[in-house]
Amino acid sequence: MLRIFSHSFSRASPLSKIVLTVDDSRTMRDMLMLALGDAGFTVVQAVDGVHGLEVLESMAMPDVIITDINMPRMDGFGFIEGVRKSERHRATPILVLTTESDSVKKERARSAGATGWIVKPFNPDKLIEAVRRVAA
Amino acid sequence: MDPLEAIKVTFFQECEEQLSELESGLLAMEQGETDSETVNAVFRAVHSIKGGAGAFSLEPLVRFAHVFETTLDDVRGGKLAPDNNVVKVMLRAADVLADHVRAARDGGVVEEARSQALAAALEALNGEAPLGGLVSDELDDMPGLEFTPQTVSDDDGFGDDFGFTPLAAGVIALEPEGPALRTWTLRLRPQNALYAKANETGLLLRELKRLGDIQVSIDRSELPGLADLEPEQAYLAWTIALTTDRSRDEIQDIFEFVDGDCDLVISAEDFMAAPLETSDAGLDAPFDVMALIQQAQADVQATAAPAAITEVLAAPAPVSASAPVSGPAPVSGPATGTPVAAVSVPSAPPAPTPMAATAAGVAPDAAHGAAAQQATIRVDLDRVDRLIDLVGELVINQAMLAQRVTESGVPRSSNIAMGLDDLEHLTREIQDSVMAIRAQPVKSVFQRMPRLVREVAAMTGKQVRLVTEGEGTEVDKTVIERLTDPITHMIRNAIDHGLERPEVRVAAGKGPEGTVRLSAAHRSGRIVIEVSDDGKGIDRPRVRQIAIDKGLIEVDSNLSDEDVDNLIFMPGFSTASSVSDISGRGVGMDVVKRSIQGLGGRIAITSRPGQGSTFTLSLPLTLAVLDGMVVSVCDHTLVAPLTAIIESLQPKAQDVRAIGPDAYVIAIRDSYTPLIDVGAMLGYRTTPLDPTKGVALLVEGEGGARAALMVDAIQGQRQVVIKSLEANYRQVEGIAAATILGDGRVALILDVDNVVAARRREKARSDAKLAAAG
Repeated sequence: MLRIFSHSFSRASPLSKIVLTVDDSRTMRDMLMLALGDAGFTVVQAVDGVHGLEVLESMAMPDVIITDINMPRMDGFGFIEGVRKSERHRATPILVLTTESDSVKKERARSAGATGWIVKPFNPDKLIEAVRRVAA
Repeated sequence: MDPLEAIKVTFFQECEEQLSELESGLLAMEQGETDSETVNAVFRAVHSIKGGAGAFSLEPLVRFAHVFETTLDDVRGGKLAPDNNVVKVMLRAADVLADHVRAARDGGVVEEARSQALAAALEALNGEAPLGGLVSDELDDMPGLEFTPQTVSDDDGFGDDFGFTPLAAGVIALEPEGPALRTWTLRLRPQNALYAKANETGLLLRELKRLGDIQVSIDRSELPGLADLEPEQAYLAWTIALTTDRSRDEIQDIFEFVDGDCDLVISAEDFMAAPLETSDAGLDAPFDVMALIQQAQADVQATAAPAAITEVLAAPAPVSASAPVSGPAPVSGPATGTPVAAVSVPSAPPAPTPMAATAAGVAPDAAHGAAAQQATIRVDLDRVDRLIDLVGELVINQAMLAQRVTESGVPRSSNIAMGLDDLEHLTREIQDSVMAIRAQPVKSVFQRMPRLVREVAAMTGKQVRLVTEGEGTEVDKTVIERLTDPITHMIRNAIDHGLERPEVRVAAGKGPEGTVRLSAAHRSGRIVIEVSDDGKGIDRPRVRQIAIDKGLIEVDSNLSDEDVDNLIFMPGFSTASSVSDISGRGVGMDVVKRSIQGLGGRIAITSRPGQGSTFTLSLPLTLAVLDGMVVSVCDHTLVAPLTAIIESLQPKAQDVRAIGPDAYVIAIRDSYTPLIDVGAMLGYRTTPLDPTKGVALLVEGEGGARAALMVDAIQGQRQVVIKSLEANYRQVEGIAAATILGDGRVALILDVDNVVAARRREKARSDAKLAAAG
């Protein structure tokens, strides 16, 4: 399977933090890429939960993972659980994208192991702030 | 382009994909496929559209998508059974959603009444009050199109239940109003869950430091000796004195993500005048924050060491009952201080979902991995077109080279000739592969038809079922793009003119619901698309009368049934006495025919009275290359499409019969076939070629009509790259296109259908003349 490894190097230095984004929507992936790239992050993209876990196996340790919830093949909950089960990534912060202030989904994501959340639609500042809050 | 604009373009492209997902999902549901896979895909489509629309503040789209999504969520959650009626409403809603998307994209407006009506219908399905207070509340409640910072307390669900505790409320009341600097005391005791979710105390402290000056002290009183230390257990607590001009809410916001996973007390220092409860053994002197962060990081690294993490995760501190063995180890430190957690603000109910249950709930989704998404890249079409052009040049060049080598007298068995053969195969393969890049399934066209059918059915009051077959049939993108209009028109036509009204159908002994069938298949190097209906068939006497009335044919024309059927393709013919809304629009079947011919395709009709009609389109798979038979006609080189040629033969004098001054037929295996002198037809010569001196190509045109084309000689078979004649010169009757041959000369490609049809028309006219004379 062809991997989608899109690195945004716009302002990313070799020491820049790496963010893995997992979202089935190109629009969302592009928006995350734009905002994170502009803020100097290196961005790696995956298109669903299964792909996200695959990419995690081969990429450099991400500093933060951002994942959508509703995705084909494996949704965000499954993905988060998968990450938390991995020896290598279980301590990696995960932010979930939620479309609504849906407390049920948010709680479900948290109990799966999500570190925090970003409410869509997000503006770049809010996104970067959320990443900063959880990124060591 | 502004990057955001570029993303918007992507968004609308993606919307189109989601809309077609949505439609095919709903159609599958209509057929009873209501498995969670299908329903989820449908839900996701609407959900994604809404998500992106929110990002671009496309309000009407977001609002409608939200209502739709709510209904779908009910279906997904089993609250609403997706019966036929429900799916029908959702199909119509999908149409309106598509309108909203296009309106947002093209700057139009969706008819408010229609949108509202559908939204109300969706809500009625939800069992909610029709578009009223409840709904608008819900809409207002939607995540802002403007991003509003979410605080833990006001939007979290659990916050709604208790809000701030009375104590906290009291504190707020006591807070000074201005941005005066004041000192807050925070007591923080993380639970295991906080670390299990990759939150870190050190980071929380870092965030706090952004708000003002902080003094941190750590409470290590619960830390056991090394022997008893559980690496995954949270033992530490912190007391932070924060001096800031920020409000309590802003401080509280920092703990948004860890709410419920720690005990936290925030108090205004002057309010909590009493000495700190925890100022006993574990309280250290204030120290450097950075050191603390480093320590926190070190802690995390320590926890990342191999350990029974899964068990610990499965049994976070408050829910230890589920796995007593692996539960938190009893804290055995001697100097156990008073628990800091005097009040939890705002406290959440203990996380009720054990991991195991969540995992079980998610597992089926993960199992759906079988429906693997195909990896794709998006490439600018111009690049592909350029590549195709270049490969075309390569083919020509390869052919030229081959010809030069042959001319130079190199033997066929030489290394050079053999290498050239390999090159030819390779070139052919490259060409096929490159063409495959641009090949797409006709699905994208077929998918637009269900909506069309619904609309036309609604307008005509007919009941129609659309059946599609062969959606996966692939054809060049350039062909696909030009298929939509003709197919749209043929389907409109089938419903409007072909199918009868329900009562008429019942009276005729048919079911009230008519069927329109749209199919695609590959057949001998072409794609064949059929549109058929089980309606009344062509009303031949009426068609004939109309043609006479319009002066298209003579009153006494002797026409076969087939000829009559084909009258509907004549320019200016329209059976509708008034141009109806649906089939009309000033376009007749002649336009359809012309656009199909423009694609190098042909259209044929077969019809049976009372049983329906079938339109058959046959199109080349690509507009770029052609396998051709290269022939000589009067010193000109022509190419005949190989797909049209059945066989070639040398006519014998006794097989050729004259049936008129310039008309001959040839007997081929007991049947007479018109013999057409290509040279004469194209005006290359005036004296007909002696049939016995040339070669006849037996060709088959549209609808199986045959003719024998007389040429001087055959040069051989060759793949040729099609160069449009229209684009470079103009359309020429009998000629489909041009090509460049190996020796660099231009050769014309014969339009076999056109030649055969022209001959048949001529024959029909002369027959009619004969009949009139007789």
